[in-house]
Amino acid sequence: MSEPVLSVRNLRLDIPTGAGTLHAVRGIDFDLERGETLCIVGESGSGKSLTSLAIMDLLSKRIERKADKLVFDGTDLTKAGAKKMRALRGDRMAMIFQEPMTSLNPAYTIGDQLMEALLLHRKVGKAEARRRAVELLEKVGITGAERRLSQYPHQLSGGLRQRVMIAMALMCEPELIIADEPTTALDVTIQAQILRLLVDLTREMNVAMILITHDLGVVARVADKVAVMYAGELVETGTAKKVFDAPMHPYTRGLLRCIPVPGKTERGSELGSIPGIVPSLVGKVSGCVFRTRCEEATEACRGEIPYRESAEGRHNFRCVHETGRRAGVEEPA
Amino acid sequence: MLNFILKRLGLAVLVALTVSAISFSLLFMAGDPAAALAGEQATDVDIEAIRRLYGFDRPMIVQYWEWLSRALQGDFGESYYFRLPVSDLIMERLSITMTLGVCGISFALLTAVPLGVVAAIRPNSLIDRFALFLSVMGQAMPSFWFGLMMIVVFSIQLNWLPPSGTKTWVHFIMPTIVLGYYAMPAIMRLTRAGMLDVLGSDYIRTARAKGAGEGRVLFKHALRNAIIPVVSLAAVQMGFMLGGSIVVESIFALHGAGYLAWESIGRNDLPTVQALILIFSMFYIVFTFLSDVLNAWLDPRIRVA
Repeated sequence: MSEPVLSVRNLRLDIPTGAGTLHAVRGIDFDLERGETLCIVGESGSGKSLTSLAIMDLLSKRIERKADKLVFDGTDLTKAGAKKMRALRGDRMAMIFQEPMTSLNPAYTIGDQLMEALLLHRKVGKAEARRRAVELLEKVGITGAERRLSQYPHQLSGGLRQRVMIAMALMCEPELIIADEPTTALDVTIQAQILRLLVDLTREMNVAMILITHDLGVVARVADKVAVMYAGELVETGTAKKVFDAPMHPYTRGLLRCIPVPGKTERGSELGSIPGIVPSLVGKVSGCVFRTRCEEATEACRGEIPYRESAEGRHNFRCVHETGRRAGVEEPA
Repeated sequence: MLNFILKRLGLAVLVALTVSAISFSLLFMAGDPAAALAGEQATDVDIEAIRRLYGFDRPMIVQYWEWLSRALQGDFGESYYFRLPVSDLIMERLSITMTLGVCGISFALLTAVPLGVVAAIRPNSLIDRFALFLSVMGQAMPSFWFGLMMIVVFSIQLNWLPPSGTKTWVHFIMPTIVLGYYAMPAIMRLTRAGMLDVLGSDYIRTARAKGAGEGRVLFKHALRNAIIPVVSLAAVQMGFMLGGSIVVESIFALHGAGYLAWESIGRNDLPTVQALILIFSMFYIVFTFLSDVLNAWLDPRIRVA
């Protein structure tokens, strides 16, 4: 297999606060191959967005980023200066944000903002940039693309604006697109359309995608790989099939239990939930972060937690128990 | 955009008409103008004669119409005090006031906007603290005191600048600084707050994600959005500087229109007061209109309103 487009080892993000250092993200490892879709799932505050912003180097200056390895398309991002990062952003790596209503500049036309991405990175004329903008607007399913170019963001609906954001991300044919909950702010009816569009386009153009979401239904439909984050740690990663069919980490199992299945979940029965709250990450974090909420917790969970590979391989999880379950507990039928 | 401009223009004309009616009615709100003109020793017969001579006995609407149509041609009648055409009196003073006003607002904008931007880029930095210090000083220090201190230091002790008069551009340096410094704090703080707000917004992150450089992010993406409230504020301050720079005009003995208005009120010189009020209001109306148009150009969302 060729070199992965993005390779991350032991990514850490620290935020200094008045009360001590907040270890917001700890020890993230993953590889992303060309054209592959990785879904990062986890609850709010688990560090999904921070991780993606760290890859783009868009974090606020207060946050310290450290990593043993952070290599994108042959470039070591830990050593890349601001200028190098600017050259990569928008060209080789692009990002789509959660809020289409506020992510476009209200003062410029759609055309200006689309063309800007290309004009910043390529030596092309305005006419050429314009042609490319029209081409991509058509690709993301916007009708009357020519006319849309001279419209302003406030004249477009949320769904249309997110399509524009997708077109903008694709202007320079990047290697990697990071989509941070791209459908969360949209109407349910539009969500599926936008997601389908994103997945089709990334497949068609062979673009790797990191899709951040907390919607496990989305993950099941589009992911090649899944990374489950909890309280700033990757608790389980693997191919989507393995994570969904044989979840190893108790947190992943808990998450999957929370999805109601039509026909299976009884009407009126209580929805699944994981009791307890996320621990504070200020100061030294030791042991398993999930132990306070875990059904499988034992004394050993306070100690060092190994990052295990499951028996079939290409599927890792972070748990003291070899099978993700306390010894002596039988697998339920 | 054209539609928006026409609408605003229509509105401006309506406001101008209302203001003209109010400024015309001043003449009668200040008491019987005939009695005032006739003086304290006048008999009732004298007052009646004056009333007829000046046409105060005619219906109000006729008088208003006559006054307005003359005013539109630049004829504001004769000053009671100087016995000269009000328009001649004003023209000469107005050029001084306008020079001072334009210099003052330019000085304020050229110092406040860059300072506000820099302060917003580095909040709580040394330069931000310095900007805050300057703006607190500007707000707390009365213009008359600041003006007098400038004269004491730069005219009397250092003998660098002339303390009064309007002969050369050098005479305008100190008045410009005093007048501009008065307007600077509000503009600076509004620029800073606007920039801070905009720099934290999602579309700035989008611009960065696109690979835009810092300069482009600041000036193309952020400033255009942050400057919109500043434009409105600057327009109001510009209007104020042209009409209300009385303090500065008296300290530096620049006999401008503001000073004339103040003197004319004291002398009960109603035609002059009326004309000045009308002209000052027109300044406000014109600047508000211009700032509306400028803002609509800056922000397409305003064009719809």
